[in-house]
Amino acid sequence: MLQVVCIKQVADSETRVKVASDGRSLDPAGVTWILNPYDEFALEQALRLREKEGAGEVLVISLGGAGVQATLRSALALGADRAIHLRNDGAAPDPLAVARALAAEIGTLKADLVWFGRQAIDDDQASVGPMVGELLELPSVTVVAAMTLEGGRARVEREIEGGREIVEVELPAVLAADKGLNEPRYASLKGIMAAKRKPIEEKPAALGEPGLEFLSLALPPSRGAGRIVGQGAAGVAELVKVLREEAKVI
Amino acid sequence: MAILVFVEQRNGQIRAVTREALGEATRLAAGLGGPVVGVCAAAADPGLAALGSAGASEVLLAKHDSFARYAAAGYTRAVLAAVERVKPAAVLFPASAMGRDLAPRVAARLGVGLAADCTALAIEGGKLMATRPVYAGKAIQRVGFPKAPALVSLRPKVFAPAAGAPTNGGSGAPATVTPLEVAADPRDARARVVEVTSGAGGKVDLTEAEIIVSGGRGLKGPENFAMIEELAAALGATVGASRAVVDAGWRPHGDQVGQTGKTVSPKLYVAVAISGAIQHLAGMSSSRCIVAINKDPEAPIFKIADYGLVGDAFEVVPALTEAVRKLNAAHV
Repeated sequence: MLQVVCIKQVADSETRVKVASDGRSLDPAGVTWILNPYDEFALEQALRLREKEGAGEVLVISLGGAGVQATLRSALALGADRAIHLRNDGAAPDPLAVARALAAEIGTLKADLVWFGRQAIDDDQASVGPMVGELLELPSVTVVAAMTLEGGRARVEREIEGGREIVEVELPAVLAADKGLNEPRYASLKGIMAAKRKPIEEKPAALGEPGLEFLSLALPPSRGAGRIVGQGAAGVAELVKVLREEAKVI
Repeated sequence: MAILVFVEQRNGQIRAVTREALGEATRLAAGLGGPVVGVCAAAADPGLAALGSAGASEVLLAKHDSFARYAAAGYTRAVLAAVERVKPAAVLFPASAMGRDLAPRVAARLGVGLAADCTALAIEGGKLMATRPVYAGKAIQRVGFPKAPALVSLRPKVFAPAAGAPTNGGSGAPATVTPLEVAADPRDARARVVEVTSGAGGKVDLTEAEIIVSGGRGLKGPENFAMIEELAAALGATVGASRAVVDAGWRPHGDQVGQTGKTVSPKLYVAVAISGAIQHLAGMSSSRCIVAINKDPEAPIFKIADYGLVGDAFEVVPALTEAVRKLNAAHV
């Protein structure tokens, strides 16, 4: 079984956003780059399925500039077999352009499962996974919080408002992993050493026309600190009063 | 030009997020000078004519037995058929679980851009511009659309539903319900919702809650969420949690507020024993009113809270619950 895991390098969640001089993108100075947290669940699930089968291959793909190779290498250290780097040194493309580039590559691979994280924690679009599914004309399921595989079918659970949908999906398929799907592993020293010898194949990303035009990036209006209404249980009466009479929220 | 709105129904009930999207569509239509048309996929008409009061002049109904539950491929084709017929300038989806799954599929099939989870839309120079939080709200991005139709999904609880009618474009008259033919495709069966389970007591989802009470690591253990639950019950609120609490296994992931959880904008957010890590603040700082209860007066959460109460949660929360109960009793 061939599983492809699409991963993205993102700014760490503790990053304080600064806007770059172009007024449209994140200032990369001082940013710690990590594997998108949701992609960790996708990669972990792929590795577990390969381990359970005792055979098969896990291929990781990422799109971006030269720095992306560090993230691909960390995925190899976790246990992926090989990597493809779709090189794009330009500005971060929109989801449709990324989906087209990924679909062009994955379409040649005959994968049984194509994995994504439910969304990247930078642009929060949550779009590339289902877009790739449509472009490849494969069934896709997003926000996958549980999964079992039997024969050529997967049974997955996805979170919806106030409950879960249980979906049965035929392979080949595209799945986007949510937190809670599994508990991702840490890289072992052996894994890190082995990753140094695993191949990363670099190719230009076939992005095509963008679907969105990025006009500006700005910081949100700052929320000034409010006031301390009291100390301990003695402050409760005042808190209830301001919530009711001033904020009018209760 | 027309604006098309995806009408979300579950179990034959039109969901509130639909009226929010129709409300915004009505405001945009005033700038574009076209009608607001809905499209709904369902097994039976969920009462679409009533959406006239929400701003729709017409709703296209794709009716099929397999549309009783969300059917991604079939719903996608229904929206595509509606786009083909209406030729809209924009298609609006709720950024609900369903809308966030459906919209990218439609975008990919049409080969157009999608701005997901938007918090503001505007018409500038006859073109749609979308504003959306990125980095879970740490920054705000504005995007335009090189090709029509522009696809957007709207964050729940942010856009106001149309207020009852004639003033804002809608006539208030019932919407015309028009059948929409959607060809069957045997490949739809490749992914199928076979069951829908409902969570604990059918509680309101965090993304749609009016009031949220969240607990953090300062609560010391999962058993102490009982008092958070009690406060939430008194306020009619949904319970949330910090990442530390979810990672420790005290609460399910669905409860997590923050950059690797849910981004919420309730009218009242009560943060109990949450220090306020930047990734948590990102997920809740668009709440209308924020209350922080923390024993550390230096906790970062106080820097963004409208009202702070410095104190031990174990003393403050039961007292607050009691006070809210008294208030409820006095106002029944």
